[in-house]
Amino acid sequence: MTLLAAEGLTKRFGGVLAAKDVTFALNAGEMLAIIGPNGAGKSTTFNMVGGQLKPDGGRVTLAGQEVTGMPPREVCRLGVGRTFQVAQTFLSFTVLGNVQMALIAHHGQTRKLLADAAAMHRDAALALLDRVGMAAQADRPVGELAYGDVKRVELAIALAAAPRLLLMDEPTAGMAPAERAALMALVAGIARSEGIGVLFTEHDMDAVFAHADRILVLVRGEIIARGTPEEVRADPEVQRVYLGHSGTRAAARARRAAHG
Amino acid sequence: MEWSFLLVQALSGLASASSLFVIASGLTIVFGVTRIVNFAHGSFYMLGAYIAVTIVPWLLEFDRSPTLFFAGVLASALAVGALGVVMEVLLLRRIYRVPELFQLLATFGVVLIVQDLVLLVWGPVDIPGPRAPGLRHGVYILDQRFPAYELFLIFVGPAVLALLWLLMHRTRFGVLIRAATQDREMVGALGVNQAMLFTGTLFLGAALAGLGGALQIPRVSASAQMDLSIITEAFVVTVIGGMGSVPGAFVAALLIGLLQAFGVLVFPKITLVLVFLLMAAVLVVKPWGLFGKPEAAAGRAVLPEGILDPRPLDLAGKVLAGVALLALLALPLVDAYAVKVGTEVLVLALAAFSLNFLVGNGGIVSFGHAAYFGLGAYGAGLLVTKTGLPMEPALVAAPIVGGAFAALFGFFVVRLSGIYLAMLTLAFAQIAYAVVFQWVEVTGGDNGLVSVWPSRWAASREVYHYLTAALTVAAIIFLRRVIHAPFGATLRAARDSAQRADAIGVDVRTHRWLGFTLAGAAAGLAGGLYAFSKGSIDPTLLGIPLSVDFLSMILLGGIQSVLGPVAGAAAFHAVKDFFMPLTDHWRLFLGLSIIAMVLIFPRGLAGAWASLRRRPA
Repeated sequence: MTLLAAEGLTKRFGGVLAAKDVTFALNAGEMLAIIGPNGAGKSTTFNMVGGQLKPDGGRVTLAGQEVTGMPPREVCRLGVGRTFQVAQTFLSFTVLGNVQMALIAHHGQTRKLLADAAAMHRDAALALLDRVGMAAQADRPVGELAYGDVKRVELAIALAAAPRLLLMDEPTAGMAPAERAALMALVAGIARSEGIGVLFTEHDMDAVFAHADRILVLVRGEIIARGTPEEVRADPEVQRVYLGHSGTRAAARARRAAHG
Repeated sequence: MEWSFLLVQALSGLASASSLFVIASGLTIVFGVTRIVNFAHGSFYMLGAYIAVTIVPWLLEFDRSPTLFFAGVLASALAVGALGVVMEVLLLRRIYRVPELFQLLATFGVVLIVQDLVLLVWGPVDIPGPRAPGLRHGVYILDQRFPAYELFLIFVGPAVLALLWLLMHRTRFGVLIRAATQDREMVGALGVNQAMLFTGTLFLGAALAGLGGALQIPRVSASAQMDLSIITEAFVVTVIGGMGSVPGAFVAALLIGLLQAFGVLVFPKITLVLVFLLMAAVLVVKPWGLFGKPEAAAGRAVLPEGILDPRPLDLAGKVLAGVALLALLALPLVDAYAVKVGTEVLVLALAAFSLNFLVGNGGIVSFGHAAYFGLGAYGAGLLVTKTGLPMEPALVAAPIVGGAFAALFGFFVVRLSGIYLAMLTLAFAQIAYAVVFQWVEVTGGDNGLVSVWPSRWAASREVYHYLTAALTVAAIIFLRRVIHAPFGATLRAARDSAQRADAIGVDVRTHRWLGFTLAGAAAGLAGGLYAFSKGSIDPTLLGIPLSVDFLSMILLGGIQSVLGPVAGAAAFHAVKDFFMPLTDHWRLFLGLSIIAMVLIFPRGLAGAWASLRRRPA
């Protein structure tokens, strides 16, 4: 079934058309990648879906419910978890505290005045950290972690909202190659086992072609191609404007490495 | 009303607007480049007036010519510009990278120092200035007499605007100022000598303030209260116009000048309320002012300033807190004076703790926390003196009044962040102060209210001390509990990353608003308790100096700790109580101490305690 549908999304910044008539759909358990050169409108599209930006035209629906122009906190409450290009965590909290905070928010308990926050949702938070492989570091301040580990904590925070849909803006940006592959494999595993839809943007073609079920190619605010990784890789227009020949070969390699 | 009268009223509004713009333009230029809101800008204005009333009469003894008069005014402005350079080199240079709370406090330290120096040099008596030769007469406009000097002032603002435009668009220095206002990092990366740029900007900004002050001498006497009254108006102008925007300051100054000129006809007593309504209306529609741009803060990934993951007290901490509490309760065994100081410490500790609930825990730097303290005191005091109700309902009313005003002002405050938020809290506090000061029939104005006494059972100092101890300690324990509870954690989370908090489903603005209201209610309770301990209240309870005292307490105690502000309040008040009677220069001493704390001791007493505890035995 269709989990997320974007229809005719359009956004203009002054004279620049950052997104023009962007239309796509995403099913539960599916991983959909948006790729394209810098300035193609990936983050703009992304932020219109996540509620950070209000579209000038078009609509976004989540499982049939209209969410166009809703603020992020309401989009979140409808079951959308999100990670950011520059990881956003609560730097003064411990790793565990970050996930506990997300669980407190998810359960609508942020206005409690007397409960002890440090004792709430401990087990659930530890279980989430265990899923992303961070349980051993639960008591460390998140500010001390290596960046790749911060990204894992951010994923645990996003999962705390028990999302139906994950929005990940460049999930592997700023990470070492080995960490990237591990994080994407982790995300793909969680998405498939729990039927969570994942929409992600990414510059790392290895990550995209290894894990995406379908790919949208965005150039200058317009979708110029869409389809399975094989179809997109074979599309001459995509090869010309974005991948180039070496990129096409790398994409084939990545697909083979991931699927044997 | 006749048309001629309205015209004259409009002209006098334009004259005020013009003067206000000259001053505010300097503030906004300095902010644009250095990102520091310079409290001492009002001090530069005051110095401009004092220097002018000193050198202009001396010049006029040679020849009573307009040329010498204006040469004196310009020389005063340049002299103040030089003082701005001194301030930049000695102080500002060291604090460009520290959190904004520390910047504001440090520049306020300069305000205190200048106030005492002005008294030392020029004495406490207001000094009237000479009138401008050639502009002493009145001009008749539709049969209404209008002072020629005011007419001249109307043209000064646009002239300064034109000169600033030329400077900004036709000189390299001006282009650099505009570039730095847009993107300071990039200007630095391009290899521009930033030290020179910043020093030059401070010269320009201070000289504009000095010019504004020097031009006022034919209209008002130079006095030691000029600094804080003008800085509030200048803050309001820059907030409405958009911080960093010179044209914004011009438009905002015009709006405020005309609003005050005509407002005084309709509501003679409450022109300030009109200014408040204008500011509120602008900020609801455009939170960054008419011509302002949002602060670029997204994507930040540095550890925030303030309370980090609060831990429960360890054994030594518990022992220390217990001993301090026992000592406070044992004070009646010492003497009556110790009881008086002890009661004050308890009240101030609650006020400081509630402030750090906002600043340290929520990252909401309130520069006007005394407003809620003072409004709580007035709420209680008015109830007792005007309606004859006893102390008990008045002490219930105090936190309600403090909380209600915090909710009203906070509704606007939490729409902003960082330095914009601090300025707005300050502006609201000054407006509350001015209303209490001006509304003589109800509040008693400058004299305040007297015979605000406790009920008979609590009339003795000792009993009142225990009553205060019970209420303040209970309130502090409650607030401390809230800090550890989900609500406190949510405020810290929103402080660390508002974007992340939003994405996990937190309504950041509403939580901040509730936090602001809660802190205001706690400060209101402290104010009510203070009123009954003194028996009288006056407008200084809402003033900027008391807000700064509160901030100094949490700075001294350590904003990174939960209980540090309590220790800070005790230490601050003990030192003030001991030294103030001994010296005529308390403000000088306090100003220097604040600057020293910011520069060398930013983690306060709690920081010192923590490093003592961490040292291996």
